[in-house]
Amino acid sequence: MPEIGLNHFLVLSAILFSLGLFGIMTRRNAVVVLMGVELILNAANLNLVAFSKFNGTMSGVMFSMFGIILAAAEAAVALAIVLNIYARFKTVDIGEIDTMRE
Amino acid sequence: MTDLLQLPLLLSLTLGERLALMGVVLFVLLTSVAYTVYAERKIAAAIQNRIGPNRVGFDLIPQLGFLKGLAGLGQPIADVLKLLFKEDVVPSASNGFYHLLAPMISLFAALTTIAVVPVAAGLVIADVDIGVLYILAITSLGVYGLTLAGWASNSKYSLLGGLRSSAQMISYEIAMGLSVVSVVVIADSLSMTKIVESQTANPLYWNCFRNFLGFICFVVASFAECNRAPFDLPEAEQELVGGYNTEYGSMKFALFFLAEYANMIVASTVIATLFLGGYQVPFWSDAPWWLQVGAFVTKTLFMMFVFIWVRWTIPRFKYNQLMDLGWRKLLPLALFNLLLIAMGVLIFEA
Amino acid sequence: METVSFILFSFLGALVMVGSIGTVWSRNPVTSALFLVLNFFALGGIYLLLEAQFIAVVQVIVYAGAIMVLFLFTIMLLNLDDEQALKEKFDLQKGFGILLGGVLLVEVLYILGLKINLPQKSTTLTPVEIGEAKNIGRELITNFLFPFEIVSILLLLAVVGAIVLAKKNFSPNT
Repeated sequence: MPEIGLNHFLVLSAILFSLGLFGIMTRRNAVVVLMGVELILNAANLNLVAFSKFNGTMSGVMFSMFGIILAAAEAAVALAIVLNIYARFKTVDIGEIDTMRE
Repeated sequence: MTDLLQLPLLLSLTLGERLALMGVVLFVLLTSVAYTVYAERKIAAAIQNRIGPNRVGFDLIPQLGFLKGLAGLGQPIADVLKLLFKEDVVPSASNGFYHLLAPMISLFAALTTIAVVPVAAGLVIADVDIGVLYILAITSLGVYGLTLAGWASNSKYSLLGGLRSSAQMISYEIAMGLSVVSVVVIADSLSMTKIVESQTANPLYWNCFRNFLGFICFVVASFAECNRAPFDLPEAEQELVGGYNTEYGSMKFALFFLAEYANMIVASTVIATLFLGGYQVPFWSDAPWWLQVGAFVTKTLFMMFVFIWVRWTIPRFKYNQLMDLGWRKLLPLALFNLLLIAMGVLIFEA
Repeated sequence: METVSFILFSFLGALVMVGSIGTVWSRNPVTSALFLVLNFFALGGIYLLLEAQFIAVVQVIVYAGAIMVLFLFTIMLLNLDDEQALKEKFDLQKGFGILLGGVLLVEVLYILGLKINLPQKSTTLTPVEIGEAKNIGRELITNFLFPFEIVSILLLLAVVGAIVLAKKNFSPNT
């Protein structure tokens, strides 16, 4: 059995990040796009915690905590915006919300 | 790399002993649920000047003939049998998998919380360093069961019940968390065992006296988290038929029922541990373990009685009153209490 | 012990991947949200493997317990559970998404393959101490006091912003 090093966690985090990006690019439901953003934030957090452990400093853990707090703030505001978009356009399809284009 | 097995466990119970303890605790919890229902019906009857269940005895079994005078004690067994033999109706428009998943999540959240609660000195399934946070984390997952049940049933009453439960539980979690923080500040630790030890055997040092406001906040918030009256809006019978469990029957309903009462019992054990001195026997700091278990059970039973008592005396809140109580009264009160406790700790322990 | 942690890592890593693939792939937003909860749970387990107990529990409390409940709440409130209504017009966009995600993944994996050595910092803290709630709290009000204050202002702003956005009805008639 191979020993688990820093790279294992970084690879996992890279996969998470790519999947999150894929979600943001392809999904048309605004709520699911926000979920993709959460995946990307989690990838960053995983990196920070892994660095913290293998580097022996507190900074990574501290910043991942700030990351979690930011994610909470982001979710609250973003979901309020989604509610407003729905009230106005009666849809959360981000492809349909294009009044700025006209 | 990580030595996971030595990471969170502080005490010297072996793995086998832990598993045995887990079996015993789960068995006691699940059987006591049935008799909690019986106790609730009896106490409710006493409060409302009725008689309550008094018919089902053990007459069918001749060997138990000596229990004849205790008619009514067979009621829970009869109820369980009735639920088991009922037809499992799944609404055709419902989402089958989530319809099944929801009661499982509810029961899972109710039963796993007990793992970090110490029953006596050293007798705990898993003495995690961050036991209090573990409890907050698991209780915050219970909301998925109710919300999913409301959504998967595809019925408007269920959906309203599910929405109400998610809003209610998120709101009261904040007050709950803040009152837990005040306990942690006093005990200077997040471990349940250390919190119990910090309360000593002198009842005056128990957190329900030292941290009175926190005690009130926590008890009210846990009533709300358990969806018990006066906070049973997610299943308000008069307006929502049955709320999130309208479309449930048979064993799935029994699972929700089990989860609700298991939640109540577990909440009582947590209150007893955090605020009533846990397993501490008054004025006897090194009591034998069976006496400590006895003290713990007595305190838990007392809190369960309070749960039932409140349910049958206080009428249900309206939804706006519920939100008002949670955000405008409990939250500032819990914050004020935290400030008070922090100042007290600074003054007395410096 | 190494075997145990390797098996745990593989299991949790697989769960994380299943969770995130399910999140971006499933049609139904509720399924997406639940896969994301699974993903957060498994990530919490991975944080435990990294001996960051506090972060692991905060992950479950904040992400699974609060943020995802908000998501579910929004999905149910807007009754979005039928995404077939959102017609998939942009097949091109999906292809582009796969391309971009894939290229990025390959790129990151390539950089990781270069095996750049990290500077090993000598420190008095053991890995377990790094993850302890006590040390995190101490660090928070000493070295990280300024970010701590900034984040609390940010949280206040988010609360005010969410309330303002939710109260005001931006309908075209008004």
